[in-house]
Amino acid sequence: MIAIVDYGVGNLFSLQGSLTYLGLPSQITSKAEEIIKASHVILPGVGAFGDAARKLSALGLDAAVLEAAAKGKPLLGICLGMQLLFETGLEYGKHKGLGLLPGVVAPMEKDLPTPLRLPHIGWNSLQIRKETPLASSQLEGEFVYYVHSYYAKTDSEAILAESEYGVMVPGVVGVGNVYGCQFHPEKSGEVGLRILKNFAKLGGKVEV
Amino acid sequence: MITKRIIPCLDVRNGRVVKGVKFEGIKDVADPVEMARFYNESGADELVFYDITASFEGRALFTDVLQKVASEVFIPLTVGGGINELSDFDRVLKCGADKVSVNSGALKDPSLIEKAAQKYGNQCVVLSMDVKRVDGQYRVFAKGGREDTGLDALEWAARGVTLGAGELVINSIDTDGVRQGFDLPLLEAVASRVSVPIVASGGAGKAEHFAQLFEKVPSIDAGLAAGIFHERLVTIPELKQYLNERGIPVRLAAGKEGKA
Repeated sequence: MIAIVDYGVGNLFSLQGSLTYLGLPSQITSKAEEIIKASHVILPGVGAFGDAARKLSALGLDAAVLEAAAKGKPLLGICLGMQLLFETGLEYGKHKGLGLLPGVVAPMEKDLPTPLRLPHIGWNSLQIRKETPLASSQLEGEFVYYVHSYYAKTDSEAILAESEYGVMVPGVVGVGNVYGCQFHPEKSGEVGLRILKNFAKLGGKVEV
Repeated sequence: MITKRIIPCLDVRNGRVVKGVKFEGIKDVADPVEMARFYNESGADELVFYDITASFEGRALFTDVLQKVASEVFIPLTVGGGINELSDFDRVLKCGADKVSVNSGALKDPSLIEKAAQKYGNQCVVLSMDVKRVDGQYRVFAKGGREDTGLDALEWAARGVTLGAGELVINSIDTDGVRQGFDLPLLEAVASRVSVPIVASGGAGKAEHFAQLFEKVPSIDAGLAAGIFHERLVTIPELKQYLNERGIPVRLAAGKEGKA
């Protein structure tokens, strides 16, 4: 079972829809015990970092996600969910993240050359930096759908794939069993489905 | 490398697509779910649905359509039409919409943009504007282009972005349906005023018009059209191939993905 962490942020319909389409069992849940019990965990999210981090901890789900990660379960953060995996977020103030990945989530605005628009919205190509089961070199040059204004500044070790938008944007990040996608795999057509399928294969397979 | 987006627009009334459609291989030519599937497979980068249904019953039919589309088409879906309050955002987002487009509802109550952006994030709020030249000024029209609001389009665009709109759809009434190309001067003017992504709408009649748009106004991110795609005057694969050959970056579609 893939647990989709529900902490009241974002549209979970498409994410669950894409897993169902792939024949993968999933459960949208805001219960800590179900997250800990699941074989895989996905942390989705759209909105603002601080608000999301607060909601996650108010429901006690931060601890559950950390416990699942510590147990070695494959964990995938998507978009804001990916950003929450980092130590710090700088959206409307300074906020503490889950600290599973090293680095800070910072506004792109200051680093971007002027003619480029924000948010970074649209299909951008992946440049694979590290061969991993989630995003192998088979995905080199493939397009995925991004929507965001903040990006992760992290160790090159944790960057698995990038896309260029004035600056290099970490598209896929990860350390050990903890992964994140800045783009939306559930909105990235066939390429996104392939990434979700790869995620489900991590750690053996999804247990029903 | 970011690509230019090609976006077909489907006007839905009582669960059916209303504009003229000439598809081959689709039995029920006006079924929005079939059309969404078709456009997804031809490489559309997003889909926009405008719900032009008046009745409450019709709205339920629309959310049903949306739900069906969202459970099998995994590209961004934008929904517009009849979005007047926060509960309308909620209704369509729960059915699988990713972005919600506001037009007349935001003109009536601009704080709708702000409230929605705070609740769902800027990326979710698309401000759609119908613009027409009146006395040498770009003027915003409401109610599907029937009513002159007297508002200056550039001012309204800037205000919308300040309130929290993450993207603009600029539909030119002057070029809409004429099929002589997009309204480049208007788009240029809006693009130099705001810094969020802009979707151009109104006037596309052939592939060259998209090339013109992206070459002459490089800061435009996407082109939206309905009729020319529905009538198959240009197909999306042909259009993308053409743009690609002209050196305009586009996403060429990947192969189909099966079950895990």
